[in-house]
Amino acid sequence: MAKYLLLKHYRGNPRPVNDVPMDEWTPEEFQAHCTYMDDFADRLRESGEYVGGAALSPEGTFVRYDGEGKPPVTDGPFAETKDLIAGWMVIDVDSYDRALALAGELSAAPGADGKPIHEWLELRPFLGNPPTITE
Amino acid sequence: MSIAPEHLRDLIPEVIGVLVRRGADFASAEDAVQEALVQLLTATDGPRDAKGWLVTVAWRKFLDATRSESARRARELRQETEPEPGPVSGTDETLQLYFLCAHPSLTPTSAVALTLRAVGGLTTRQIAEAYLVPESTMAQRISRAKRTISEHRLDEPGDVGVVLRVLYLVFNEGYSGDVDLAAEAIRLTRRLAAGVDEPEVHGLLALMLLHHARRAARTTPDGALVPLAEQDRSRWDTSRIAEGVAVLQAALARDRLGEYQAQAAVAALHADALDAAETDWPQIVEWYDELAALTDSPVVRLNRAVAVGEADGALAGLAALAQVDPTTPRHTAAAAYLHEKAGDRTTAARLYADAARAATNQAEVNHLTRQAARLNWSPSA
Repeated sequence: MAKYLLLKHYRGNPRPVNDVPMDEWTPEEFQAHCTYMDDFADRLRESGEYVGGAALSPEGTFVRYDGEGKPPVTDGPFAETKDLIAGWMVIDVDSYDRALALAGELSAAPGADGKPIHEWLELRPFLGNPPTITE
Repeated sequence: MSIAPEHLRDLIPEVIGVLVRRGADFASAEDAVQEALVQLLTATDGPRDAKGWLVTVAWRKFLDATRSESARRARELRQETEPEPGPVSGTDETLQLYFLCAHPSLTPTSAVALTLRAVGGLTTRQIAEAYLVPESTMAQRISRAKRTISEHRLDEPGDVGVVLRVLYLVFNEGYSGDVDLAAEAIRLTRRLAAGVDEPEVHGLLALMLLHHARRAARTTPDGALVPLAEQDRSRWDTSRIAEGVAVLQAALARDRLGEYQAQAAVAALHADALDAAETDWPQIVEWYDELAALTDSPVVRLNRAVAVGEADGALAGLAALAQVDPTTPRHTAAAAYLHEKAGDRTTAARLYADAARAATNQAEVNHLTRQAARLNWSPSA
């Protein structure tokens, strides 16, 4: 059993094959995309592999500590930030191969012309607990 | 409630066995017994005869559930296609349940979840918390596992090796949530050992007891890993060690060596040393040779290389390590350790930093990063 984070990027990933921005899709194409994503999550719930997920707004703020007694400093968003996360999903699966297969399936979500986007998703393994037996 | 939950959970597989013998299918029987268990655990007065009470209440819940129209149709269909279950003797029922829950048609993840629920009597919520997934996810995993094994019967012969693998996985999961999976694995293995005359079952029990004995010394209060050589051995649990050694010796006397017995023998030799310097490394190397002959696993050969480094010196250890596939987990960490032992602190520091990046859990990342920092800050010490 291993947990993986699937990351969808607004930018920072290589361009997808079907590279038409979402706001240029027809309403039907957009609806088909949403349905595909919902169905994918439902299948994972049904198979007992779903842990969580959410879509994120592209608008974000950077925050940092500014010293004792001072309010935190906020800044951004920074136009030069190369990487922008669009959403995440956490899965709990039997193997790395299973995680790859699921990421591949998610990347096939339909976009313009109802064709797969072939977008690049990032797959990141969680750090788990140390095993009891190591020697 | 005067009955300890652990004792109640011991009864679960027996009660499931009774329901199945009376004609319930496994999945419905398991659900009914869980419901009865929850009712008993929340009752203010416990019954005198907990098993009899559980059988009565679980059977009633099973009948209630199957009386619904759709369930009745499913049952009638099943009775047409399935022969009547044969007689199952009382003592074998629990064992048969272990076999069914570890059935080879299940993925390891599913077998673990089903074993903890049907044999261990843990609730879905407890299992979900132990594996850090939502309760609904674990519920789905368990119900899918039940569907997968629904065409298999409780009295099919099973493979003890597959059961042991599942119990090993539960034990090795570590100590994450509120449920102590290591203690639960020991409890389930102990019960299996009471009913199965197979040295490897006892070998696995000994292995678990010997590792569990070191639990208090394995980590600092803030969760940092303490390597075996640096553990405060006065904090090892001597009664668990004594039991583990006794169980192992009885198993070895049967002269049917297997990988769990050999692993337990290594753990017993560590347990036997009053301090790290007294460890009988040459004998540990011999046990790793036995283990390599039994499994031919790269992990075993990696551990053997570290033992060779202790028995015959760091250079011999590095030579042994050079024969091990470098993609084996912890290969870089072992190389770092042996290079430091050989006096090359610069290489060791670099390898520890590399190993930290490749580690798969936070405690090891922290431990390896600390090792790299220690060497980088005192390079000539």
